[in-house]
This record gives sequence, C-alpha cells and structure tokens, in this order.
Amino acid sequence: MTTLLRLTALALAATAALAAQAQKSAADGIAEYRKMLEDGNPAELFEAKGEDLWQQARGPKKATLQRCDLGLGPGVVKGAWVQLPRYFADTGRVQDLESRLLTCMATLQGFDAAQIARTPFDQGEQATLAALAAWISSQSRGMKMALPQGHAEERRFYELGKRAFFYRGGPMDFSCASCHGEAGKRIRLQDLPQLSTNPGDGVGFAAWPAYRVSSGEMWSMQRRLNDCFRQQRFPYPGFASDVTVALGVYMGVNAKGAESIAPAIKR
Amino acid sequence: MADPMRIRAQAAGDKATVRVLMSHEMETGQRKDAGGKTIPAWFIQEVSATHNGKPVLNAQWGPSISKNPFLQFVVRGAKAGDKIAVSWVDNRGDKRTDEATVS
Repeated sequence: MTTLLRLTALALAATAALAAQAQKSAADGIAEYRKMLEDGNPAELFEAKGEDLWQQARGPKKATLQRCDLGLGPGVVKGAWVQLPRYFADTGRVQDLESRLLTCMATLQGFDAAQIARTPFDQGEQATLAALAAWISSQSRGMKMALPQGHAEERRFYELGKRAFFYRGGPMDFSCASCHGEAGKRIRLQDLPQLSTNPGDGVGFAAWPAYRVSSGEMWSMQRRLNDCFRQQRFPYPGFASDVTVALGVYMGVNAKGAESIAPAIKR
Repeated sequence: MADPMRIRAQAAGDKATVRVLMSHEMETGQRKDAGGKTIPAWFIQEVSATHNGKPVLNAQWGPSISKNPFLQFVVRGAKAGDKIAVSWVDNRGDKRTDEATVS
C-alpha cells in the first residue's frame, strides 16, 4: 500500500514537472540559453583586442586613434556609443560608429577608407573595425540610448531612415517593417523586436555589436544591417553608406532611453 | 602569436571559481572553403591549469569544442591573492599561457 501511494505521488510529481516544461515557451528556452552564455561572452576577447588597437600606432602615418573624435570630443570614448549616429561638423555628414572610425583611420592613421569599406567582413582592417566597435560600445554599457536630434541633418536622416525602413521591394516585396514593424513576430524561434517603436532595454539597436555564437563572429551594426538586406534579397548596401547610417538613426532615436547592453551575445 | 586569454578567478568560501575565455579558431578539419578545399584542422589539444604553480587541471580537447571556447572550473583551497595560470597547446604546436590573481 505504502509503495503504491509513493508511486502515485511520484507519478503526480512527474506529470506536474512535464506540465511545467510544456508551459515554458521557446522564447524562455532561448532566454535561458543566453543567460548561460552571458557569463562567458567571447565579445570580451574582441573588447580586449579593440582596446589594444585603439592605443596602437598603426597605418601609413603610424598614429594611434587616441585623438579620434567620436562626438564627445577628441579621445572621449565613454558614453560616445549611445549618442551615435550623429552629425559631425568636420565631415559635414551624419555618421555612425563604423563610418566615424573609417574617417579617423583615414585622417589620423592614413588608411584608405574606401579600400576598407570594400574589404569583406572579418578580413584585414574590417576585423580591426569589428574589434574597435566591440570595445567602444562596451564603454557605454548600461547607459541609455540618447541620440542627438538637434541638427537639421540628423532630423533629415531620421526621416530617410524611416523611409528606408518601410520601403518595400526586391523579389519578395519585403521591407524592414515586414519583420520588425509589429510586436510579437518571430523567425523560427527568434523573437523579432519591433523597431518602429522603442523595443526596450537591451533589445534591437541597444544590443549590437554582438557576438554570434552560431558563426563565432563579432558583428557590428553595419554587418547586422548588411545581413538584413541579404535576408530581404535586396542588393548589398555599401559599408557605412548613407542608407545604413539613416537606418541606424531611425532605430537609435526610436530606442531613446533604452539601456545599452552592447556588445551582447546572440545565438 | 595567439591573442591573450581572459581569466577571472573569484574566491568564495574555501574555493575559487575560475572562468576562462580563449581566443582560438578551433577549426574541425571538416569544413571547406569557398574554393571547395578542406580547411585544415586547427584546434586546442591540451589545456592545463595551475594554482600557485601546482597543477590542478589537465584536459584533452578535440575538434568538437567551439570557437573562442569558454571554460569554467572550481579550485578548492584557493583564496584571494593566489595565482591561477592556464595554458593551452594546439595541434600546430602553438601555445599560450596566461595568469590571473584570485580576487
């Protein structure tokens, strides 16, 4: 009798456990997986590399990037990431982190910016850019997104970005908004953030650059956007081109006040 | 020369938790490049750790370990100020050793 009772109790416990498991959604599972990975985010390896590259005398001019102005004055890195893209008076353009780094590498170090922009991701100086982006974004971790909109060009880029975001085209008649225009959408098991509004802390624009576990690569926002264009079967955008910067302004301004967790870790 | 590891060692009670991130390609030897040629295997084969110079861990690794691997282990008896050193050797004979102080 006691054995039978005990068995019943066991069976009941097992059923309860099964039910609890069934209630856990796929998104919960992924969140749990990310939590486990967070402790050993390999983005740290790229941060260390980026910090080192920032201080190293490199390029034809044998100079460091320590006088590079990311928007808060020459050499100021802390807090710069959450205010990019922004307008720069010296170039007369709205620039995101990667395009600004290209400018600094060209003017301070003597690199050929156009040449770097043509280089495939992860190769040559593109790998340098990814590491620099990882380190620079890490210096704003925990801060809130606060893109400036004071300059007329910054407001124009926001409108441009909005247009690009909703622009439908390509063989599948897709736009960014097809996937990121409403809440509760997903691709397979990946929840898709709604980027036409503020998706919240550490989601969407506030989570890139990020380390992709599946490919073992460090992705900057430029690379993320490049892949979004590929997924829509659009022609690839030029690296640091105006349309990519404009999309950055659009997503970044929408995410105002969201806490940055970059560089994050993705599946 | 391989990139440095990131080692964090934190004492709690009578033991310390060590977290190690290694920078390595970890090629399996199964993948092919864009031209169809096999990318040669290149992975960490041996990992060892010492606590104040005394060996505490020895592991044989293979191609199934991920790129940029993360390793976590607990060292009993380690306290703040102790030295933890981690080394790896890959199948090309490249090696790297890094040290951290337990905090």
